[in-house]
Amino acid sequence: MSQEHVLKVENLVMHFGGIKALNDVNFDIQRGSVSALIGPNGAGKTTVFNCLTGFYKATGGKITLSAGGKETSVIKVLGEPFQPADFFSPVAFVRRLKYKMFGGSHLVNRAGLARTFQNIRLFKEMSVVENLLVAQHMRVNRSLIAGILNTKAYQKAEEEALERVFYWLGVVDLVDSANRLAGELSYGQQRRLEIARAMCTNPEIVCLDEPAAGLNPSETEALTKMIRVLRDEHNTTVLLIEHDMGMVMDISDYIVVLDHGEVIAKGGPDDIKNNPKVIAAYLGAEEDDEEVTL
Amino acid sequence: MDIVLQQLVNGLTLGSVYGLIAIGYTMVYGIIGMINFAHGDVYMVSAYITAIAIALLTFFGIESFPIIIIGTLFLTVAVTGAYGWVIERVAYRPLRNSSRLSVLISAIGMSLILQNYVQLSQGANQQGVPTLLTGAIRFSVGDGFVQITYMKLLILLISLLGMGVLTYVIQKTKLGRMCRATQQDRKMASILGIDTDKVISTVFVIGAMMAALAGVLITLDYGAFDFYVGFIIGIKAFTAAVLGGIGSLPGAMLGGLILGLSEALFAGLISSDYKDVFSFSLLVLILIIRPSGLLGKPEVEKV
Amino acid sequence: MSQAVGINFKKSSIDALIAGFLALILFGPIVGVLLDGYKFDFEFDRVAWIVAIVAVGRFAVSSFFQTEKGVAMAFRYANNNEGATVLAPNHKSKMVWIIPLVIAVGLLIPFVASKYVLTVVILGLIYVLLGLGLNIVVGLAGLLDLGFVGFYAIGAYGLALGYENLGLGFWSMLPIAAILAAVAGAILGFPVLRMHGDYLAIVTLGFGEIIRLVLTNWASFTHGPNGISAPLPTLFGLEFKRRSRDGETFHEFFNLPYDSAYKYMFIYIVLFAVVWAVLFIKHRLVKMPIGRAWEALREDEIACRSLGLNHVLVKLSAFMLGASTGGLAGVFFATYQGFINPSSFTFFESALILAIVVLGGMGSTLGVVIAAFFLTVLPEMLREFAEYRVLMFGILMVVMMIWKPRGIVRVTRTGFAPRKGAVK
Repeated sequence: MSQEHVLKVENLVMHFGGIKALNDVNFDIQRGSVSALIGPNGAGKTTVFNCLTGFYKATGGKITLSAGGKETSVIKVLGEPFQPADFFSPVAFVRRLKYKMFGGSHLVNRAGLARTFQNIRLFKEMSVVENLLVAQHMRVNRSLIAGILNTKAYQKAEEEALERVFYWLGVVDLVDSANRLAGELSYGQQRRLEIARAMCTNPEIVCLDEPAAGLNPSETEALTKMIRVLRDEHNTTVLLIEHDMGMVMDISDYIVVLDHGEVIAKGGPDDIKNNPKVIAAYLGAEEDDEEVTL
Repeated sequence: MDIVLQQLVNGLTLGSVYGLIAIGYTMVYGIIGMINFAHGDVYMVSAYITAIAIALLTFFGIESFPIIIIGTLFLTVAVTGAYGWVIERVAYRPLRNSSRLSVLISAIGMSLILQNYVQLSQGANQQGVPTLLTGAIRFSVGDGFVQITYMKLLILLISLLGMGVLTYVIQKTKLGRMCRATQQDRKMASILGIDTDKVISTVFVIGAMMAALAGVLITLDYGAFDFYVGFIIGIKAFTAAVLGGIGSLPGAMLGGLILGLSEALFAGLISSDYKDVFSFSLLVLILIIRPSGLLGKPEVEKV
Repeated sequence: MSQAVGINFKKSSIDALIAGFLALILFGPIVGVLLDGYKFDFEFDRVAWIVAIVAVGRFAVSSFFQTEKGVAMAFRYANNNEGATVLAPNHKSKMVWIIPLVIAVGLLIPFVASKYVLTVVILGLIYVLLGLGLNIVVGLAGLLDLGFVGFYAIGAYGLALGYENLGLGFWSMLPIAAILAAVAGAILGFPVLRMHGDYLAIVTLGFGEIIRLVLTNWASFTHGPNGISAPLPTLFGLEFKRRSRDGETFHEFFNLPYDSAYKYMFIYIVLFAVVWAVLFIKHRLVKMPIGRAWEALREDEIACRSLGLNHVLVKLSAFMLGASTGGLAGVFFATYQGFINPSSFTFFESALILAIVVLGGMGSTLGVVIAAFFLTVLPEMLREFAEYRVLMFGILMVVMMIWKPRGIVRVTRTGFAPRKGAVK
C-alpha cells in the first residue's frame, strides 16, 4: 500500500442510536502535510476526530493508519464483536478476543497517532513536567524491579525522558513553568502544554482539536509557527479542526470540508476558498466569501 | 414442582420489594450520576420506624388492622422521606462540584453514620414486630401445595400501587417533567428556570419514600430486623437497578422482579446459604456482559 | 466586601426553628421510642437534648455565617484551592533526619514497652500496612475499593488454611498470601475496571461480603464461624511456643525462661521491617512511571488513553499491588491473633481502613501512617467511647470530603531541575 498517505478514511459511517452523525466520509491525509478539517458547527468534525483517534467505535467503514512501518486498522484494535466465522478459526478468535480484552483507543496512540482535546484535558493536579513524563509512559523503563532498585538503566531512561520533556517545553515556551501545576497555567499555556504532551508520545500524526480556540491573535500566531515546526523539523503530519479561517488558510496544505456528516469539498486552500458549495454551507448561497476568508 | 411454584410466589413478592428500593438507586444515579450508598440504610431506618409506628399506634389503642397499616405506611413514608431530604442536604449537596470519589466516600460515611446512629439509639439486638395479618390462600399442586399468604398479596398490591403512582408522577405531572429534564441536562434545565437543587432533593425524597414502602412491607412480612439489614438488601437492590439498566425507572422494577425470582429459585433449588453470593455474582456477570442493563441506554463517553 | 454585614437574628432564629423541627422528625421516632421486644419505652429527654443541640447549633452557625469572618470563610470555601505544592528541584526533605530517629525508637519499643503496649503497636502497624495498601488504590489510582477487607481475609485465612492443609508456615505463606491476594484482585478487577469507577465500589463491596459469607458458610473447609488457629512465625526453625512437638523452641535454645512476650517481640520486629520495606517501595513507586500513570489516571482517564496508556492494566496493577499489601497485613494479623474467625473481616473493617486513607490524605504516605496509629491506637485508649467509633468514622468521612478532600497533610510533588532538552 502507499506510504504517502499516513491516514486513509474510507466510507466512514457513525450512528448514535438513530442519529446519523457521519455519512460515508472519505479522505486521505498526505504524510508530512498540515491538513485541516473544517465545517460549520454540528457538521461532525469532532465525531470524525473521535473515530480517528479511537474514542468512538465507528459504525462502519475503514480507517487505516500507516505509521511506524506498518498499517493499523483503527476500528479493529478497538475490539469488534465476534463473528460466526471466528468460532471456526482459532487464530481469528484469539486475535479478536485479544483486542476485545486489551484493545482500546490506547492502541491507536501506540500505532502513532496522538491527539489533543477541544476542552483541554491535562492532569491538573500534576506538575507540567509530570504531565509530559506520563506521555512518555510507553517509552521509558517500566520495570518494577529496576525502578524500585533505581538501577543505572532505569536512571538513564528517566534522564532521557526528562531531556525530551525539556526539549518540548522549549518548543512550546514553557520551560519557566516546568515546576508549576498544570491546572495553574493560563489557558494559552495549557493549550500549548497539551500539544507538547501529545508530541511526547512520538507520534507520526497529531490531531489537534481546535488548538486556537480561546487564544488571542499573538498566541495564535505563535501556535501557527509551532505547528510549522512540528511539520518541518519533526516530520509530523498535523491534522486539525479549527474555526479560525485565517489560520486555517494560512497554515494548511490540504483542507477537508464537512457538512451534515458528509465531505462536501477537499483540496488546497485556494480551491476551498472559491468553492461555491463551501460558501453555501457556511453562509447560505447568496452571500459573498468575505467572511470566510476573514 | 410445588417448590418451584412456591419459590416463584416468594420471588415475585421479594422482587417487587427489590424493585421499590432499586428505584431510589436508579433515580439518584440518573439525576446526579452517583451511587447513593446510604440508600440501603435509609431502608433500614424505615424498618425501625415501621416497628415504632406500630408500637405507638397500638399504644394509643388502635387495633383495627387497616388503620394500623395505613397509619404505619403514612408515618414511615413521611419520616423516611425527611431522612432522604436531610441526607442529600448534609452529605451530597456541598459536594455537587467535587470529584466523584469524594461524593462516594461521603456516601459511605453517611451509610456508616446511619447504621451506627440506629445501633446506638436502639441497641444492637434484633428487633421485631408482631404478626398483624395472618391467613393464606392455598392451592394444591400435585402432591404438595402452594401457599400465598395475605401478607404477600398485600406486598404485591402496595408495591404495584407505589410503582404505578410514581410512574404517573414522573410521566404526567409537572414535577415529573422537571425531573426528566434535569436528568437529561442539568445545566440546561437550570438555565430554563428549573431549580435543579430542589429537583435533586425531591428525587432523594422520592427514593427514600419508595424504600420506606419496601421497609414497611418487608418488616411486616418477616417480622425481624436489625441495624445491619440495609447493607445486604442495599447491594441487592443496586444489583436489580443495574440489571434493569441504571437510570431507567421501568428497568429498576423489571430488574427487581428478575433478581427476586432468580434468587428465590436459587435458594429453593440449590442452596439458601449462598443466595447472597449468587446475587453478587450476578451483579458482576451483568457488568461484564451487559453493563447498560436490560433497558438502559449504553453510556456514550463525552470526549 | 462593600456590603455592611450585620447579624440578622430573625433569620437565624427561623433557621434554628426549622432545623429543630427537622431534628424532631428525624430523631423523634428512632431516639425517642426505645424498642424492647414488642414493648417500648419513651425516651423524651434524649430527643429533647438532641433537638436542643441541633437548634442551638444551627442558630450559632447561621449567625456566624452572617458575621464578617463567616462571610470570609464561606468565600474561602467556595474558592478553595486544594492543589498540591510542587517542591523546589533541590528540595531536601527533613525526613532524612526523622526516619533514622523513628527507626531507632521503633527498634527500642519491644525491649522497653510492656506486652500490652507492644500488642497495640503491632495492631497499629498492621493498619499502617492496610492503609498503605488501600492508599495505592484509592489515593493514587482514585479507585474506590470497599472490599479491601476481602484481601485482608485472604491473607489471614491463607496462613491458617495453608498451615492446616499444606503444612506451610509463616515464612512461606507470607509471599504466597501476597500473591494469592493479588491474583484475587486481578480476577475481580479485570472485568470491572474497564467500567465506570462507581461500579468498582459496589462490586468490591459485594466481594468483601462474598468472602465473609464463604468463610462463614463453607464450614468443612474454613471451620465456619468457629474460626481456625494460625501458626506463629519461627526464627530459623525455632518456635515461640512453650513446648514444641517437633523441633526446638526459642527459649530452650537460648536458655531463657518462657515468656509469651517473645513472640510479640519477634512479630513486631518482622512487621516493623516489612512496613519499612513497603514504605520504601511505595516511596519509589510514586516516582516511577507506574506511579505517575496511576495518578494521571485518577486525574483524567480519557487523556491517559489518548497517550497510549492501557487504562485497564494500569488500574489493575494498582488494584493488585494494593490487594497484595492487604494480603501481607492479613498474614500478620492471623499470626498475631493466633486465631481468626470471619467476624474479624466485616465491612466495618473496610470502613476503618478507608477512614485511615481519608483522614491521612489521598496519596500521602506520612498522613496514612499517622492516621493509622491515630485511628487504631486512640480507640484502644478511650475504651468507653468504643461504641461511638463507627459513628466517628462516618462523620469523619463526610466532614473530610466537604472540608478537606485531599486530607490533612498537604500533598507535595517532586520538582525537576531544568536541563538541556534533547530528542533522539
